Amino acid sequence: MLDAQRDYVLRTVEERGIRLVRLWFTDVLGNLKSFAISPAEMENALNDGMSFDGSSIDGYGRVQEADVLALPDPNTFEVLPWVDSKAAEARVFCDIAQLDGTPFEGDPRQVLKRNLEAARKQGLVFYVAPDIEYFYFAPHNENGRPVPLDEGGFFDLTTTDITSSLRKETIRTLETMSIPVEYSFHEDSPSQHEIDLRHTDALTMADSLMTFRFVVKEIAAMRNVHATFMPKPLEGVQGSGMHLHLSLFKNDLNAFHSASDPYNLSDTAKSFMAGLLRHAAEITAVTNQTVNSYKRLVPGFEAPVHVSWARNNRSGLIRVPVPKRGSELATRIELRSPDPACNPYLAFSVILAAGLRGIAEGYELPNEADANLFEMGDTALTKLGIEQLPQSLNDALRVMESSQLVAEALGEHIFEWFLRNKRAEWRKYKTHVSQFEIDTYLRSL
Amino acid sequence: MTDVGMLAVYPDTPSVELARTLDLSGYTWKGVANADTVSRLAPTTGWVGAVVGCDTDPESGWAICRSLRKQQHPVQRILVLITGAQIGDLEVRDNLFDDFLLTPFHPRELEARLRHLFFNELTASSATVVEHAGLRLNLETYQATFGGSPLDLTFMEYELLKFFVQHPGRVFSREVLLSDVWGYEYFGGARTVDVHVRRLRAKLGEEHAHLIETVRSVGYRFGASKWSG
Repeated sequence: MLDAQRDYVLRTVEERGIRLVRLWFTDVLGNLKSFAISPAEMENALNDGMSFDGSSIDGYGRVQEADVLALPDPNTFEVLPWVDSKAAEARVFCDIAQLDGTPFEGDPRQVLKRNLEAARKQGLVFYVAPDIEYFYFAPHNENGRPVPLDEGGFFDLTTTDITSSLRKETIRTLETMSIPVEYSFHEDSPSQHEIDLRHTDALTMADSLMTFRFVVKEIAAMRNVHATFMPKPLEGVQGSGMHLHLSLFKNDLNAFHSASDPYNLSDTAKSFMAGLLRHAAEITAVTNQTVNSYKRLVPGFEAPVHVSWARNNRSGLIRVPVPKRGSELATRIELRSPDPACNPYLAFSVILAAGLRGIAEGYELPNEADANLFEMGDTALTKLGIEQLPQSLNDALRVMESSQLVAEALGEHIFEWFLRNKRAEWRKYKTHVSQFEIDTYLRSL
Repeated sequence: MTDVGMLAVYPDTPSVELARTLDLSGYTWKGVANADTVSRLAPTTGWVGAVVGCDTDPESGWAICRSLRKQQHPVQRILVLITGAQIGDLEVRDNLFDDFLLTPFHPRELEARLRHLFFNELTASSATVVEHAGLRLNLETYQATFGGSPLDLTFMEYELLKFFVQHPGRVFSREVLLSDVWGYEYFGGARTVDVHVRRLRAKLGEEHAHLIETVRSVGYRFGASKWSG
C-alpha cells in the first residue's frame, strides 16, 4: 500500500506538472511551518525524508542535535487549488523524526499519533467534528482596534458584502482540498463567521484544521482582508470558539451510543465525559493557550465558564446534542471550551487522554446541570459541586503543571517547553500596562 | 510488448527468421499445419490474428486464410507473406488478408507491420483507461478527469473512485469497500468510507454527486443499477 501511495504521488507530480512541493508541519504552538522542495527531490523525500535544522522552530530545539527529518505522509498529498495551474504546487503533511527515524518528541503530529495509537489498542477510533468561528477585519486597525467589515448578526443573510463571498470561496476551496463543510453561516458578532466541518478521524481533522486556518487567511488576504482566529478580538461581543463534536467508534459501531439510555449515551460515553470534566482544568492551557483565550471564557457570551454538562444548556462545558432523526452514528458530545487558536494536534491529544482516563478508571458522570449556571451565585454552584474553568492563562498553567495526565499525553519534551514558553508569555502580559488601567487610574489616583 | 492474444502461424514450422521475430516482439503464436486444423487448434478465446506464409505453398496458404475468415468469429488481422512474383495473386484475394509482406523480409519491417496491425489491442491493454459517464481514470498515470478537466484526488479517494468505476451498478457494503479498497490492515472503522464518499461527491460537483448513490442500510452504488434500465 505504501509503495502504491508513493507511486501515486510521484506520478501525479509528473503528470500535473507540479513545480514545487510544499512540506507542511506544525510547531508546538500550532503554527503551520513549510518548506518547499523541487519535484526532483520528491522521490528522495518519500524514501528517506528531508533533513532540516529544527532549532529555529518553536518547541523543536534540543541540546545535542538540531537536525530533524521531515517524512512526508503520502496520503495527505494534494495539489493546491489556488495556485495557477501553469506553475502548479502541491502540499504534503510531514511527520517529524529524529535522524535515526524514531518519532521526534517535539512534533505535535507524532504526539497525536501516539495518543491515537493508545485508543486504537483498545479498538477505539476517535472522531472529531469542529465548529470553527473566526472574524474578517479590514487590513488596517483604527485607533489600535480591528475594523469589522459588516454589521451582520447571527444567521443574517448578508448577500452583498464581501465577507459572505469570501466565505463562499473559502468553502469551495476547502471542498476541493478534501475538507467537507457541513454548515456555514454569519455568526452573532459583526464580521464573525462560522464554518462547521464534517467529522473525520482525529488525525485527518487536525491536518484539516491546519489547512483550514491557512485557506481562510489566504483567501481573505487575496482580497486584502485580514481573517483572524484570535479568540476575543472585540470587546463586548462574542469571541471565537471552536466547539468540538466528539465520538469514539469501535469497528462500525458508535461506542458512545446506547439505545436503552434516555439520552442515548453509553457507559463509555458517560465515563469519557466524566474524564473530560474531572481533568478539564488540567487541559485548559492546551485547549485555550493564549492570554486572550480567557477573555472569551467569561459569563454572558455563550462561552462555557463552568465545569458541567447538560443536554440543552449552552453555558456548560459539555453539551449532549440530540442527534438528527435519532441516528445512532450521530450520537456525540460537544466540548465547548476550545478556541480556534489552539494547536489541534495537542488539543485532541489531551482531550482524548482525559476521556480515555475516564473510561479506564470508570469515572462516575456527575448529575446534569440544566439550570442556567450564569445566573447562579458562587455558593449555589459550590453546593452543586460545580467548579469554574481556569480564569486566566496563569491559572490554567498552574493546574497543568501538576497534571500527570497532561505530561504523559504531551510527552516530557513538549510539556516542559510549553509551560516555559507560556509562563514567559504570561510574564510579558503581567508587566504590560493596559489602556484600561490608564483610563481608570491615571486621573483618579 | 504486451500480450495481445494467440496468433495462428502457417506453416506450422515457420522459418527461423519468422519465429524469432515473433518471439522477440513478444507475440504468442501456434503453428497450424493445414486449413482443417485451424478451428480445432484455436484457443477458447479465438485467434487474435494470423501470419500466413503463401510464398512456398500458395494453395495451402490461401486455404488457411479462407478458413480463418470462415470461423464463427472471422479472424481479422491476417498478414500474408508472398514473393515479389505473387503480387498479381493479391488482386482477386483482397478479402482474405489485411496486410502483406514480401519475402525475404526484414525482421524490423515485419515487427512494424504487426505493431501497426495490432495497434488497437496494444494500446488498449497497456493504457488501461476506465471510463464512466464523462469520468475517465488512467490507471497507469493515476490521473482522473471529469469532462476533460483534471480531478485532484488524494490517494485513497482515487483508489475508492477506481473501485467504483471498475464495478459500476453494483452495491457494496462499507465492510466490503474497507477490505477491498483500504485493505485489512486499515483501522479506521466503516465511517472512513462515508468520509471518503462525501469528499468524492464534493469533488465530482453537485450535478454529478449522485453518481455515488447511498443504498439505505446496505452501502453504496456507483452509476445506475443495471436492472433499473
